[in-house]
Amino acid sequence: MLYREAGQFKASYEADQQIFPILQDRIGVMLLIGFFALAVPLFADQYWLKAILIPVLIFSLAAIGLNILTGYAGQLSLGSAAFMAVGAFGAYNFMLRIDGMPFLVAILLGGLCAALVGVMFGLPSLRIKGFYLAVATLAAQFFIVWALVKIEWFSNYSSSGVITAQQIEILGFAFEGPQSKYLLTLFVVVMMALAAKNMVRSTTGRSWMAVRDMDVAAEVIGIRLMRTKLTAFAVSSFYCGVAGALYAYTYIGTVEPEGFNLDLSFKILFMIIIGGVGSIMGSFLGAAFIVLLPIALDVFVPMLLGDLVSSSFVSNLQLIVFGGLIVFFLIVEPHGLARLWQIGKEKLRLWPFPH
Amino acid sequence: MQFFFEVLIGGLLSGVLYALVALGFVLIYKASGVFNFAQGAMVFFAALTFVGFLEVLPGWTGMEEGGRAVFWLAFVLSLAAMVVLAIATEKFVLRPLVNQPPITLFMATIGLTFLVEGIAQGIWGANVRGLDLGIADVPIEYMMDNFNILISSFDVFAAAVAAVLVAALALFFQYTRIGRALRAVADDHQAALSIGIPLRHIWVIVWAVAGFVALVAGMIWGARNGVQFALTFTALKALPVLILGGFTSVPGAIVGGLIIGASEKLAEVYVGPFVGGGIESWFPYILALGFLLIRPEGLFGEKHIDRV
Amino acid sequence: MAREIGDVILKMEGISLSFGGVKALTNISFDVREHEIRSIIGPNGAGKSSMLNVINGVYHPQEGQVTFRGEVRRDMEPHKAAKQGIARTFQNIALFKGMSVIDNIMTGRNLKMKCNVFHHALHWGKARAEEIEHRKKVEEVIDFLEIQNIRKTPVGRLPYGLQKRVELGRALAAEPSMMLLDEPMAGMNVEEKQDMCRFILDVNDQFGTTIVLIEHDMGVVMDISDRVVVLDYGKKIGDGEPDEVKNNPDVIAAYLGTSH
Repeated sequence: MLYREAGQFKASYEADQQIFPILQDRIGVMLLIGFFALAVPLFADQYWLKAILIPVLIFSLAAIGLNILTGYAGQLSLGSAAFMAVGAFGAYNFMLRIDGMPFLVAILLGGLCAALVGVMFGLPSLRIKGFYLAVATLAAQFFIVWALVKIEWFSNYSSSGVITAQQIEILGFAFEGPQSKYLLTLFVVVMMALAAKNMVRSTTGRSWMAVRDMDVAAEVIGIRLMRTKLTAFAVSSFYCGVAGALYAYTYIGTVEPEGFNLDLSFKILFMIIIGGVGSIMGSFLGAAFIVLLPIALDVFVPMLLGDLVSSSFVSNLQLIVFGGLIVFFLIVEPHGLARLWQIGKEKLRLWPFPH
Repeated sequence: MQFFFEVLIGGLLSGVLYALVALGFVLIYKASGVFNFAQGAMVFFAALTFVGFLEVLPGWTGMEEGGRAVFWLAFVLSLAAMVVLAIATEKFVLRPLVNQPPITLFMATIGLTFLVEGIAQGIWGANVRGLDLGIADVPIEYMMDNFNILISSFDVFAAAVAAVLVAALALFFQYTRIGRALRAVADDHQAALSIGIPLRHIWVIVWAVAGFVALVAGMIWGARNGVQFALTFTALKALPVLILGGFTSVPGAIVGGLIIGASEKLAEVYVGPFVGGGIESWFPYILALGFLLIRPEGLFGEKHIDRV
Repeated sequence: MAREIGDVILKMEGISLSFGGVKALTNISFDVREHEIRSIIGPNGAGKSSMLNVINGVYHPQEGQVTFRGEVRRDMEPHKAAKQGIARTFQNIALFKGMSVIDNIMTGRNLKMKCNVFHHALHWGKARAEEIEHRKKVEEVIDFLEIQNIRKTPVGRLPYGLQKRVELGRALAAEPSMMLLDEPMAGMNVEEKQDMCRFILDVNDQFGTTIVLIEHDMGVVMDISDRVVVLDYGKKIGDGEPDEVKNNPDVIAAYLGTSH
C-alpha cells in the first residue's frame, strides 16, 4: 500500500515532467543517495570501499556512457575502454603540465578529450550502420591503446606508457583515504547520472531514440542525423572519459594503456546488456552485477567445491558464467535487470490487491 | 625488390588464414543473417579439441602416439565436437532468439564467444601447445635457387588447403540439394520456410560446416603459431576482412583476406619503423574503416536500397 | 467550406526516377495548390510512394525539376523539406517503437525547439520552460486526435489503427503547411476510416494544411479530394477533378485491366 501513485494528481505539465514523477520514487532516490553518501562511508570497511563500491560507481558511469550511445542512440560500440583511456591520460596530462590545475576541471577536460576523439571515430557512423560500425569501433579500441603506448609524450616518457595518478587535492583538502575518494567518486557519478537522466528525457534524448528506432523517419521529421549521432558519440565518450579519469585517480592509481583493453570494453557492454539497454538505472545495476559476480565466484566456488578446484578453473568458470548470462538475459529478459526492477515496482503498485 | 616480394608473399599467406576464418563468418551470415562474433572462439575451440584428443587418445586406446590413426581419429572426434557445438548453438541460442533484431543476435554471439572459450579451456586446460601436422616448414629450394625468394613449403600447403576448401564449398553450394536450400534460406527466410525448407536443420548444417572450416583453420594456424588463447585475437582480424570483402561474398572473404594479410605486413615493414612499430594491431581496422567510407557495401557486397 | 484554394505551391516537372535500371517514375508532371487535398492513386507498384519520397527529398530523381513556393530545389534532403514545412506519414508505420505516444509526438516539435544538449543536461530555466511550452502544443494535438487515454503508452503496444493516428499526430505537431499522407487508412475498418477521414478534413479545414494523399479506397478518395493524379507503371495516366478522372478511359482500363 506504500508504493502508490493514486491520488497524486498532476495539475501542471511541470509537475508531470519532473525527473521522478512519482512521489515515492523521489523519496526513494533521495534515501538511496543519502544512504550511500552518509551511512556507507561510516560503516563500510576499506575493502568494500576500495574493491567494490568505488569500481561499481566508476563502471556505472562508463556504462551510462555506453548506454547513451548504444542503448539510446542505437550505435553499437566495442571501444568504450579506449575512450576511458583517453580520459585517464588526458586528465593526467592536464594535471601534470598545468600548474595549479584544479582536479575536477582536469577530469572534465580529460572527458572533453575523450569526447573529441569519440567524435572523430563517430564520423564513419554517418555512412555505416550496425555491425559495420561495431567493427569500426574496434579500430578505435586498438588504435588508441597503441598510440598511448607508442607516443611517449602522453605518459611523460615512462616505460610502456605507465602513469601514476597525482595526489588529488580540492581547495586544499587532500583526498587520501578510501572514504574521501569514495565520496568524491560518488559526487561526480551522481551529478553526471542526473545530467544523463535529464538529457535522455528531453529533446536530445528523444532525437537519439528516434534515430535508433527508425532513422529515415527521424530525418523526415527534421532531425539531423549527423548532428544527433555525433552528439551521442561526444556525450557517450565524455562519460567514458570521465569514468576513465576516475578509474586512474580514485580507483587504481597506477594505470597503463593495456589495462584499457578489449576485455574491459566487453565488460562494459555486458554491464548494459545485463543491467538494461536504454536505462540509466540499469547501468548501475549492471555495473554492480559484473563487479560483484567474479568476487562472488571467487568466494563461493571454492567454498562449495573445496580443494577440488584450481584458480584457473575459477577463471574459466567466470568466462562460462559471463557468456551464459549474456545469452540468458538476451533470451529471457532483453531489457535486463532494469526491467525486472520495473516489474517489481509495478507489482508493488498493485500490492496487496493483485487485480 | 626481392625483400618486398618475400614480405608480400608472407603477408598473402597469413591472409589465407584470415580468409579461412572470414569464410566461416560469411557462411553463417549468408544462411542465418547472424553476424557470428564467436567464429574466432570456434577456431580456438576446434584447435584445442584436436590437440587435446591427439594427447589423450594414445592413452585411451593404446594407439601409437603421433601415428596416422590417432591423427584421423582425433580429426573425426573434433569434427563431431563441432557438430555438437552447432546443434547446441541452434537449440540454446538461435532458436530462442529467432525474429530478434540482428544486433541482439550479434550480442548473443559475443556471449557465445566467452562461453566457448571458457568451455574449451575448462576441458583442455589453458597451456600453450605445439601442433605438428607432419608438414615440413622449410624453404622451397626451387624458389630459393631460381628467384632467391624464401617461401616456406608449409605456407604453400596452407594456401593449397584453403583453395581446396573454397572450391569444395563452392561446389557444395552450387550442386547439392542442401546447398540449394541454403541459398534459398539466405535469400529470404520466410519464403524458404513457406516452401517447406526446415530452417532449423539448415542452421545446424551451416554452423556445422562453419565448425569444419574453423577446425581446418585452427589446425593450420595452431601448427604455425601454437594452439593458444591468442588465436582468438588473431581471429578478430577476420572482421576487417569481412568489411573489405562484404559480409555475403565467399570470393570477397578470400580477396579481402589476401589484401588485409599483405597490406598489414607491408605496412609493418615499411611504415612501422617510422612510428615505433606494432601497427599490425590496428592497421587492418583503419584500412577497413577508410575503405568503408568510400564503399560501404564492401568489394563484393550487394548495394542496399532503403525502402520507405 | 471555409477554406479557399490558393495558388500552385508545389510543381513537379518531368520527374524521372530509377533504381539501378528499374524505372520507378517516368516523366511525371503535376502540381499542388495551396490548401487543397490532392490525391495520388494507382495500382500497386505504380510509383505513388516513390513520388512522395521525391517530394520530401528521400529520393533524388535523375531528371526533372521540383519547385516549392517558387523556389527550384537542388540537393534536397528530408530535413530541409521538414524545415520548409512539409510533414509526412508512411505506408508501413514509421513510429519510434521504443517511445511513448507523448514522446513520439514531441519529436514532431523537434524543429521548433532551440535548446542544446547542455541546457538539456541541466534541465533548468530555459530548457524546462521550452519543454513545458511544447508539451502544451503536443497536448493540443492529442486532444484533437482524441488519444488522451493512451498518451503514456509505448507505441509498440498500440493497435494498428491507433498507431496510424499517432503517426498523424507526430506530423501535425510540426504545424506543417503541407502534409504527405501515405495510405493513412490502409488496413482499417469502416469506423476507423471514418475517424481518419474526419481528422484529415478537419486538419485541412481548420489549419488550412495542404494535403497530398495516397489512398486505395476509391470511395474515400473521390469523396474528399479536390483533384486526383493517377499513376500506372510509373507513368501519369490521368489528372483532374474526381469526376473527370472517374470517367477517363485510361484510368478505367488500368483499374479493370482491359487491354487497349
